[in-house]
Amino acid sequence: MSDLWFRSATELAALLGAGRLSSVELVQSLRGRAQALDGRIHAFNSFDEADALAQARAADERRASGRARGPLDGVPVALKDVIAVSGQPLTCSSRMLENYVSPYDATVTERLKAAGLVVCGRTNLDEFAMGSSNENSAFGPVANPWDTSRVPGGSSGGSAAAVAAGFAPLALGSDTGGSIRQPAALCGIVGMKPTYGLVSRYGLAAFASSLDQIGPLARTVDDAALLLGAIAGHDPRDSTSFKAEAPDYAAEVANRKGPWRLGVPKEFFGAGLDPEIGATVRTAIDFYRKQGCEIREVSLPFAAEYAVAAYYIIATAEASSNLARYDGVRYGHRSTKAKDAVDLYFRSRAEGFGEEVKRRIILGTYVLSSGYYDAYYLRAQKVRALIRNEFTAALQEVDALLSPTSPVPAFKLGEKSADPLAMYLTDIYTISVNLAGLPGLSVPCGFTAAGLPVGLQLVGRPFDEAGLLAIARSYEQAHGWSQRHPAL
Amino acid sequence: MAGTSQLDIDYVANLARIALTPAEKEKFSRQLDDVLHYVEKLGAVDVTGVEPMAHAAPVFNVWQPDESRPGLPVEDALRNAPAQCDNMVAVPKVVE
Repeated sequence: MSDLWFRSATELAALLGAGRLSSVELVQSLRGRAQALDGRIHAFNSFDEADALAQARAADERRASGRARGPLDGVPVALKDVIAVSGQPLTCSSRMLENYVSPYDATVTERLKAAGLVVCGRTNLDEFAMGSSNENSAFGPVANPWDTSRVPGGSSGGSAAAVAAGFAPLALGSDTGGSIRQPAALCGIVGMKPTYGLVSRYGLAAFASSLDQIGPLARTVDDAALLLGAIAGHDPRDSTSFKAEAPDYAAEVANRKGPWRLGVPKEFFGAGLDPEIGATVRTAIDFYRKQGCEIREVSLPFAAEYAVAAYYIIATAEASSNLARYDGVRYGHRSTKAKDAVDLYFRSRAEGFGEEVKRRIILGTYVLSSGYYDAYYLRAQKVRALIRNEFTAALQEVDALLSPTSPVPAFKLGEKSADPLAMYLTDIYTISVNLAGLPGLSVPCGFTAAGLPVGLQLVGRPFDEAGLLAIARSYEQAHGWSQRHPAL
Repeated sequence: MAGTSQLDIDYVANLARIALTPAEKEKFSRQLDDVLHYVEKLGAVDVTGVEPMAHAAPVFNVWQPDESRPGLPVEDALRNAPAQCDNMVAVPKVVE
């Protein structure tokens, strides 16, 4: 049934609830579309069809016998291949974990299954979530559904492309410096990085533990709210998990009404911003002004000038430590050419890791090494505090901050892959939000003349996801962007 | 900042336990020099009196009762091991 591909999860849940659609039909329809088109997109690393259909049949049986687990029972969700699903591959798009099978479920996976969602499809990503274009996958890049000669963004490019292309209504990604929001913007969908600590990281392959958060990707704000509600909340297995129960976001979002006080960081509209994106985002800001919102210019000089530099010290330092576990001993790739035990580490890591991962481990090792720790790592942590402080001050004056999500629209495959620094600078508006631990959301706000999606980023106070979603929803409901889909 | 941006790639690759090819060493040195040159701008920030921040929110140690609970069964824990024997991970000889 072709009319199912771009239905929102909210609509699909209603059809399932009314008995007008079965989960098996839905999974088969979406699977058929992916089988026909994913050869051109490469959103999925793997898809266990038998397992998906078994879950769908179980969901249909629950509904038939009046035991549905909730509104999303039977709705499919695709997971970035960096989140553990028991018995399924967990490759992180790396040769290192090419044959790894998860022995347990991540907490988010457990919660999705408990809510009845059909957890199916392992989505492609930049290896170990390190990248902004999805070109760093060991299994090949993902193409942007709006223009297959362009990147979908990264690192959750497979999740964003799967949702944009109509392969899945919902997906989870992870965001360390923009890895949910930037691909959501480049693929024309909604993506949210929750406040650090709202969603458990248990079962998420670690990249930079003080920055990583799992979050939803969807085609509408309501769908993102539903998915966030399914995964958020305290988890004793994650020591950084926030000790509070998450609200019912879908209900909260509908209750929150404007007008709001909104801040526009003036430094986020400076050099390096594509003029078409700047104009499109300013038009979106004007919408809020016309709705009676107070628009206030704010200043975030440290975030604008120093966030990328601080991030690439802190994130690579944490990555060099986290990825030390891949040593060829207990799991993952083991070299067959090693001369002795120590050589096993050197060769297994050389053979298992791709170029960007090696580059970041080297940089992270360097900034933590004796004689450089104070000058790089400690200083970056102090600059991080300054960035957090200026966000805190700005968000005392306003309810949320508005800016572009990405300074550029989807770029050509290969365009930036030879210049790591140019690639890192594409995260300039998203990275500071991770450093400050705040919630951030990207919502579609139009297209360039060439037909490429543009994303509006909203950043809010800690744990005010409901407020951010409501502000984004008020824009979305007045515009038709979520009804436009790529012609594939 | 650190005065030099010329990272000793052999020294650092050894610390990171990664065998790099000569081509990788040349390429990474050049690219990471660019990155290190870029991050030198942090040296211009006045951080006098600023406390370093490891996490965005305060993080405290979490205690749990010292009680035995079921863990990962041995066969599950070993399923991904590259080599095993007698319920253990097999590795190259470490001590002669």
